[in-house]
Order: sequence, then structure tokens, then C-alpha cells
Amino acid sequence: MAKKIFQRPKYLKKAVFHYCPGCGHSILHRLVAEVLEELDIGERTIGIPPAGCAVLAYNYFDVDMGEAPHGRGAAVATGVKRTLPDRIVFSYQGDGDIAAIGTAETIHAANRGENITVIFVNNGCYGMTGGQMAPTTLIGQNSTTTPGGRDVKRDAAPIDLSEMLAIARGSVYIERTAISSPKNIRRTKRALTKAFKTQMAGLGFSLIEVLSPCPVNWKMSPVDAAKWIDDTMTQTFPLKVIKDEVGKLD
Amino acid sequence: MSKKVLMRGSQAIGEAAVRAGCRFYAGYPITPQNELTEYMAEAMDGLNDGTFIQAESELAAINMVIGASMAGARAMTSSSSPGISLKQEGISFLAAQELPAVIVNTMRGGPGLGNIAPSQSDYFQATRGGGHGDYRTIVLAPASGQELADLTRTAFEYADKYRSPVLILGDGMMGQMMEPIVFPEPIDVRTFSPKSWILDGAKGRPSRIILSLLLNPPEQEDLNWRLARKYEIITREIPMSESYMTSDANMIVIAYGTAARIAKGAVKRVRELGLKVGLLRPITLWPFPNRPLKELSRHVREFLVFEMNMGQMIDDVKLALEGRGNVHFYGRPGGIISTPDEIAKTINSIYHRQHLEED
Ligand code: SF4
Repeated sequence: MAKKIFQRPKYLKKAVFHYCPGCGHSILHRLVAEVLEELDIGERTIGIPPAGCAVLAYNYFDVDMGEAPHGRGAAVATGVKRTLPDRIVFSYQGDGDIAAIGTAETIHAANRGENITVIFVNNGCYGMTGGQMAPTTLIGQNSTTTPGGRDVKRDAAPIDLSEMLAIARGSVYIERTAISSPKNIRRTKRALTKAFKTQMAGLGFSLIEVLSPCPVNWKMSPVDAAKWIDDTMTQTFPLKVIKDEVGKLD
Repeated sequence: MSKKVLMRGSQAIGEAAVRAGCRFYAGYPITPQNELTEYMAEAMDGLNDGTFIQAESELAAINMVIGASMAGARAMTSSSSPGISLKQEGISFLAAQELPAVIVNTMRGGPGLGNIAPSQSDYFQATRGGGHGDYRTIVLAPASGQELADLTRTAFEYADKYRSPVLILGDGMMGQMMEPIVFPEPIDVRTFSPKSWILDGAKGRPSRIILSLLLNPPEQEDLNWRLARKYEIITREIPMSESYMTSDANMIVIAYGTAARIAKGAVKRVRELGLKVGLLRPITLWPFPNRPLKELSRHVREFLVFEMNMGQMIDDVKLALEGRGNVHFYGRPGGIISTPDEIAKTINSIYHRQHLEED
């Protein structure tokens, strides 16, 4: 009998992603679903999708999903987790959602040490609304609201949300990874696994920031977008474990 | 047997909420309702299945309530006028996602920061939805300590029954007043029948989605129709009001909450002078108790609306009267508390100007 070596993960629905070709969300969704399956937690997981391109995540993840207002993912996740402490709760949020309109909710959830996992997708722009400047847009990067490139004086410098969250006393595990190469994708999956394990062990707030290609708004081919992450985006947002108070988890 | 206890209004809401099975409270400090938040902090602390969170903002508090409600808890938040404005985003989402929740507004003078004195400045905001979108919120307006306790229980029941946010509208005076209260027996939360729609992990069942984004116009229209039908049922089932000395009256005062208590004093006073005046006190502000007003309009010509604002309930009264009768208004906004005497004088002058003593 033929051996199946690649199949749809258990916790992804039989639906076709609406994401643009080369978009990081598709790969990241798959990784999250794989991790939920490998850790055997999908049946007790509640996911909180954001406003933005990934708002339709509830059509893809085959776990209970409850949509949060724009930016409020960490607050909604807090309410779910405190009510059902033995369930696994994650929010999935874009850069505008988490680092602009939802900064306060995120920082305070981290500071309270809420035992939730936050997946922070950083693609340096507002994807769904058509490529406006995000809090994470790089200096000099073009967007529809920074036509000549982001200017520090006019538009401020990009925000290092993950580093800010690492200062929060309640956060225990924060890592920045990327969807840019097989190696970085494997690293992203390892980080996600550790983040969910952190929550399973009841250790506190975990967050994985994922640099993710948005070829459409970057006006690049998927291949160039991946290269741009590795060559340029990581200069501002270096891939690294930003905080680890967890250590090794089985 | 429950016995009478002496308690401040704000705390009575808290105690009644816990007894109604509320197990999640998130709030943010704002005067004049901090006693409620503080009460919930202590009450939840004493329960092994209760959660209290002092949120970083009003927005966070209402969104935590959204999460708790999704997960199946009876959940509550509370604030005062400016704080309720901030919560409106979440209230709109609660309505759209058909999530039960209880929100307490201890109203103060406004607009803007206003002051912290008792007022009824948020009638429009409460009864017209408040947030964005095509929805309604059930609004309960208690007028005494006992009613605060009773209606808090009712609020949680309605929230679950209709899967809707329910607003309790009070003011600082009601919150501060010490009154004897008999509380309903506490409900054992383990006796609640399981909710069929909550998010608690898709074990042995298909996964569920709670959402409000409906990009496809026909789907959005479906939700709007479903909500509209629900609001129709609510409008039929729950309007509540108190009629006081209305049977022989030829003039009716209409007031709710603290204003109704003052108005009742005024009615008693003018009755002593032989004026045939009654009081109609709406207890639900949405849905508005149209029927008793419509019935009164058959034999009453003069109606006086009294509010602690600039006349936000007048429109609803006129709609209920369907053009019959004359609608007068007396109001003191800004946190000024009228005396029964003041209202009695107003009643008196309208009564005589309209020659009602000849009726
Ligand atoms: S706009 Fe960007 S982030 Fe959104 S789906 Fe397309 S590629 Fe992905």
C-alpha cells in the first residue's frame, strides 16, 4: 500500500484559502494546524481570529473559533481562557491589529501573564485594506499612505512590539521567526510548538512573531518577497528568541 | 428563607449578579460606580469558579466579557456614562454575535466628561443601540434597591434567553442609597442547562464559529432579519411598567428610575390637594411599554414627562400616544436633583392651565 506522506492536517477544514498566491498566512495556518494535531490539543482549542486578511481564519481552522473586534484578540482570549482554564486558547493577529489598534490589550495581557498563545503575523502593512503603512512598516518602505517611503520624522520608526512585550513581567516565551525558507518555516513550527507547550504547562504568556510575505502589497513575486524578508526585513526585525523563561519542555 | 439586608444600590447589583450565577466580571474604575467593581472583586475572590479582572480599559473589559460569554459564562461589566461610550464597540459585537452579557451603566451628567452627579443623560445612547449597526439592546431601569436586585436577576435571564446584551440603567443616587433588600436565592450554576452554541473545544462535535463579519450581503441581511424577528419577540414579551394611581387620573406623569421616585412623591403631594394625577413608570426602556400609555391616552389628555436630562424620552412617549394628548416636559440635567415639591408645582401649573379641575 502506498504510504501517505503529505495530507491535509486534521484541524484544517476542506476549504480553499482565499489568501493571495505566496501569502504567508496559508503556510502559517498549516503550521498551526499541524502543531495542534501533533500535540493532540485541537479538540480543546479555541482560536481568536483578528480583523484583517486573516479574519476568515475561522473558515480554515477546524477548531472552535470566536472572532474578536479589531485589536482586541488578547482581551477576548483572556475572557475565554479565564472561563475555561483547561482549554488551549490562541489569538492570531496581524501587525496593525496587535501593534497599533490593539497595543494596549496585548501589552496588558502579556503583563498579566495570561496563559494564552499569541500568533503575531508581521508583514509590514495593512494587507486587507490595501497596503497602508503598518506600525511595522520599515523605514523607507513604500505603502499607500507613505508614498515616498516611510519617513521617521513624519511617520515614526517601526515599533518593536515583541521586544516591548519581552519587558512585560508576565510574558515567558517570545520568539521571532519567518516564513521565508524551508529552514525558517521549520523554525517557525518549532517555535509554535514550544509556545503551545508553554501554555499546556500553564507557564504564562507566549507569543510568536512571524515575518510573513505579502507579495501583493509589496509588489514583488513570492520568491522576491521571501528573499526580501531574509535580506531586508530581518535587518529591522532580527530572527531570534527574544525571551525564554521556559527552558526545555517535553 | 431570605431575610432583609441593608445594602447600597451598587453593591446590591453585585450581590444579585453573583446570586444569578454571574461568574465573570471585568471592569475599569470610574465614579460613581466603583463600589460595584469593588464588590465584584471581593465576591469573585470568595468563589472558586469566579473571575474578576480589573481591566486596563473599558474596551478591554467589554472584550473580556465577550470572551467569557463565548466560553459560556454569565458575564458582566459595569461603568458610568463616558466609560459606556467606550464599551459601545463591544456592545455592538455582542449584539451581532448574539452573545449574552449584562452591562450596568450608572449614569452621570454629560456630554463629555460631564460630572459625577446623578443624571439620566444616556437614554438615547441606551435605547437607540449606542454602537454602530442595526441592533437593539434590552434596557432595564430599576427605581429602588429591591428592584436593582430583582432586575439584575432578570437581566441575566433575558441575556441568556434572547442571547443579547442587556443594559441596566441606574444613576449615582440609586447606587449610593442604602435600602433594605430581600435577595432571591442563589442559583447553583451547575444546574444551568448547557448552552448549545458556546466555544469550549470541538470534542465529539463539529467545530463552531462565532462571528460578525458577513462579507456576503445576503448573509448580512439574514442576520439583520434574524435579529429583527428576535427584537419583535422581545417587544411582545417583556415590556414592563408600573402604574401608580392612574385609574381615575386625568393627568399622567411619566418618569423612570430615580426621576420616577421623585415624581411619585410629587404625585402623592398633589393628590392630597385633590388633583387627579397618576404616574406611569417604564421599567423597560427598550422595549418601551407602549400599551399602558396607549390605553391611558383614551381618557387622559395631559402627559408630563419628567427626566433628569433635556427630554430624551419624549419621542418614545409621543410614539406610544400616537398623537393623542398633550405632552409636556420638565427636566433637570447636569446632575441636579429636583425635589418632589418642584415637580408638584409644575404639575399644578399644567393642571390649572389646562382646566383639568373642571374634568
Ligand atoms: S494582501 Fe497580503 S497578507 Fe493579505 S492575503 Fe494577500 S498576500 Fe496575504
